[in-house]
Amino acid sequence: MRTLFDHVSRDATDGVFPVCDVPSRKVDDVLGAGLVRARAPRIPNLSEGDVARHYTQLSKLNYGVDDGIYPLGSCTMKYNPKLNEDVARLPGLADVHPRADEALVQGSLGLLYDLSELLRGISGLAAVTLQPVAGAHGELVGMFLLKRYFEERGETGRTRVLLPDSAHGTNPASAAVAGFAVTEIRSNDRGTVDLDALRAELDSTVAGIMLTVPNTLGIFEENILEVTRAVHDAGGLCYFDGANLNSFIGRARPGDMGADIFHFNLHKTLSTPHGGGGPGAGAVAVSQPLVEYLPVPWIEKTGSGYRLDWDHPKSIGSVHAFYGNFLVAVRAYAYLLQLGDSGLRAVSENAVLNANYLQERLKTTYPLPYDRLCKHEFVLSGEGLPNDVSTLDVAKRLIDYGVHPPTIYFPLIVHEALMIEPTETEGRESLDRFAEIMEAIAKEAHEHPELLHAAPVNAPVRRLDQTYAARNPVLSYPFDEGESAAA
Amino acid sequence: MRYLPNTDADRRHMLGAIGCASVDELFSDIPRDVLAAYLPLGLEARSELEVLDELTRYAESNEAAKRVPLLGGGIYDHYVPRVVGHILGRSEFYTAYTPYQPEISQGTLTAMFEFQTLICELTGMEIANASMYDGATALAEAVLMADRIRRRRRVAVAGNLLPQVRRVLDTYAWAAGIELLDVPFTPSGRCAWDRAPSDVSALVIQSPNAFGVIESLDGLKKRLGDALLIVATYPLALGLLAPPGAFGADIVVGEGQCLGLPMGFGGPLLGIFATRMEFLRQLPGRVAGRTVDADGKVGYTMAAQTREQHIRRERATSNICTNSALCALAATVYLASVGADGLRHVAELNLAKAHYLADQVTRLEGFKLAFDGPFFNEFVLRPTEAAGVVRRRLADAGFLVEDSAELEGLGVKNGLRIAVTERRSKAELDRAVAALGGKR
Amino acid sequence: MAYPTAFRYTKEHEWVQIDGKRARVGITDHAQAELGDVVFVELPSMGTVVKKGGHLGTVESVKAVSDLFAPVSGKVVAVNSDLETSPETVNQSPHADGWIAVLEISDPAEANDLLDAAAYEALLA
Repeated sequence: MRTLFDHVSRDATDGVFPVCDVPSRKVDDVLGAGLVRARAPRIPNLSEGDVARHYTQLSKLNYGVDDGIYPLGSCTMKYNPKLNEDVARLPGLADVHPRADEALVQGSLGLLYDLSELLRGISGLAAVTLQPVAGAHGELVGMFLLKRYFEERGETGRTRVLLPDSAHGTNPASAAVAGFAVTEIRSNDRGTVDLDALRAELDSTVAGIMLTVPNTLGIFEENILEVTRAVHDAGGLCYFDGANLNSFIGRARPGDMGADIFHFNLHKTLSTPHGGGGPGAGAVAVSQPLVEYLPVPWIEKTGSGYRLDWDHPKSIGSVHAFYGNFLVAVRAYAYLLQLGDSGLRAVSENAVLNANYLQERLKTTYPLPYDRLCKHEFVLSGEGLPNDVSTLDVAKRLIDYGVHPPTIYFPLIVHEALMIEPTETEGRESLDRFAEIMEAIAKEAHEHPELLHAAPVNAPVRRLDQTYAARNPVLSYPFDEGESAAA
Repeated sequence: MRYLPNTDADRRHMLGAIGCASVDELFSDIPRDVLAAYLPLGLEARSELEVLDELTRYAESNEAAKRVPLLGGGIYDHYVPRVVGHILGRSEFYTAYTPYQPEISQGTLTAMFEFQTLICELTGMEIANASMYDGATALAEAVLMADRIRRRRRVAVAGNLLPQVRRVLDTYAWAAGIELLDVPFTPSGRCAWDRAPSDVSALVIQSPNAFGVIESLDGLKKRLGDALLIVATYPLALGLLAPPGAFGADIVVGEGQCLGLPMGFGGPLLGIFATRMEFLRQLPGRVAGRTVDADGKVGYTMAAQTREQHIRRERATSNICTNSALCALAATVYLASVGADGLRHVAELNLAKAHYLADQVTRLEGFKLAFDGPFFNEFVLRPTEAAGVVRRRLADAGFLVEDSAELEGLGVKNGLRIAVTERRSKAELDRAVAALGGKR
Repeated sequence: MAYPTAFRYTKEHEWVQIDGKRARVGITDHAQAELGDVVFVELPSMGTVVKKGGHLGTVESVKAVSDLFAPVSGKVVAVNSDLETSPETVNQSPHADGWIAVLEISDPAEANDLLDAAAYEALLA
């Protein structure tokens, strides 16, 4: 596919900006030649039609939730309501500078405050910050809070964080960025945390545990209360990664499970769009002992309105230039207002029902390492498929059937993993169709494995050479190559 | 419910297929005590129309949206060409996930590759990643990266960095155990880098800085020896200003909101991050690379993934996963829409209009510029009257100007920071001058 | 590929060729097959002192990073810088041209704990 840089420049492309209406002097005179660009950036000058066509064509090479089922485990690719997109574009919300006087931005401050209150209620914890702008950012904030908490108590020997072997990669990465060493706790054969292994690790060097609840196998830790109690008894705190909140929203709260810190992924559970890789938002809720360490500024409600509150000397400081991803918060807030309590309850009901239905249907065709009640997602394995067919082949063949593949090769504790999360916004006939396709592919693995090995044949490109990309990194347009990257 | 396609019949059928008698059985793995402790929010479900009305009420309570912003400090009121919004509204772009399956993500990946190229062109650097959360965290990650490379545990930081950027850096540096050493600024408003400590992993400098003054970077790289030079910049200004790469910068970061994003009350934003190819293995964040497929066709894929958390886990170069991809797309479409010529034009408009306002104001009695260094579209006014009084006059005339608190925190007394973009017409600027002068 | 009887092996799939006070180290054919196409080798720095079992470097494929552990304690006296431009040599010739580093052994007795070719092959079976 052509890039922007393969287009030939046009003659006159201005018309976006007006002619200068103030007297202007030569740039070199105003700034001095040493500060001015010697060479223009190599950006072609195009007509609006060129731009519209180029990006429209690129968009057609993508697959979004509006195109079909997107059963990516751990991502909660639910439908993104259009109302949310429109309210985030209201000029009164979008065109506001973050440095405007508090008195003039009461709408924005009020919205952030009201959303925080709803998230506080969902978490069952004491206070919420909306500053983190991604799930991993929320994890990092959680780890910073943990670090500060123990610093303040003089317990600087607590340098380790425990996490299950099924943890998402951002968990140990976040702990490490915050300066903690990580220790993995093995899972038992039911797929949950091995309590004995956990107890063996708990000592005064442990700051806490990072748990995803339910875990990345889609299985709820039925011993969750024992796990959190054990960690608390050892003087540690419990961080819950909220990526899988879709499985129990509206009927259970992490605060009641023993969580001290909990992060939300607004771009998963609360329907804000994934955007091809962000922007998301990762609000963090905390129990009372951690409240004073939350990032500043807080949004405070007073008798006469809302204000920014910087007066928290024990705060970890700021983790974002301003107040978090406000326009993402707007979308999540609109979503919560639409759903209400009954809607949230229906979300988890349908998400879990859909996942268990698919699991039941597919377990006769693909190995199911943990054959038990799941929550909103489950993990199959591609192991044992005949003719050297791998999970990767199955994923690529799904593309030929017009469906986005599930998450593959995660979690690491399942060989040839296929993690499937349908979400509640799929209906039964969509699930049946997906199951039929998966069954057809399993049959092809036996009868026509060459179709899987060659897949995808119906996509714009097929099996990109990642080794070549890694050995010869070309990370920007090779202007000096003298050849264009023609499709 | 609007977003739930399952009917009651569907649900009954599925429960039967699973072998559950009721929905409650589906949640039998959650401890009873936890289920019993649940408290609803007390929130009624609402229709689309009601929620639209409710959100409109919030929007209408933002008086600031009705005033003319002369606010800057990292976020600017720039004009976004109409086509950007239309492309961003295509659901193939905004509802897609991260491009881990490249065959059906060539739209996102090609745009990422274009974005990286555009950032390299603007900054004069060899490689750029596909975005960070914002300019502030991009700078924090640059400092962590520089210290991974040089390992001196100390970094010099210009004292005239934007405070909101410095605050974030302080938090990340504390967590990493890196000591930050302040470098003062001179009466010209510029960083006195000749007084910077040596034996540091890096020096951080922002240009234009918190006062809007453009720093002099000539000779700085040489002065630093093998310490890395990290420059935080204003991407739109690079349509006109010499890029940090031309001065030997090792890492360039910046806030990309100026390239096609609304002000959005401060988020989402767009962190830009560029560096040398030799530092690729230490680069945080995602990066798209060009390759060929099994049939020899050119395509794009996520590259150098072994730096990232999903492979390296606790040894990743950063914990970043989701970044700001859609905002990077906005910047890409913005730059494609304006082209090199349009970018130069808009940068010149910013320069001309800001200098016009500064010239006109300083002709009035009792107004001077606080600093004599060169500036792009932002400057600090120093009135002889109390800044608060002057600010009041501007506010009464419908302008938004920041109070002096932040400047006071930087050691600048009685100052007012003013930003002027291409959106400010001559008529508006003349009105501002009249208000400053005290005329009705 | 038969595993050279002159080499010794570790459970972490490294081979060691001992020649007096020097130990040449690489990864085994099994290891390179498991990893897939090698795209990058992080070589240790010259002069680095490592303990047996300590981190010596990494070998990266597109999808995985494999740590290299020192099979014996010693000091790094040579590294195979050809791997910087041709990491694929590890795949093509893991036991010969794909060598990674040479250590000057500090404690010769440690070599006694290493597996011989037969024991390593038994491990793989």
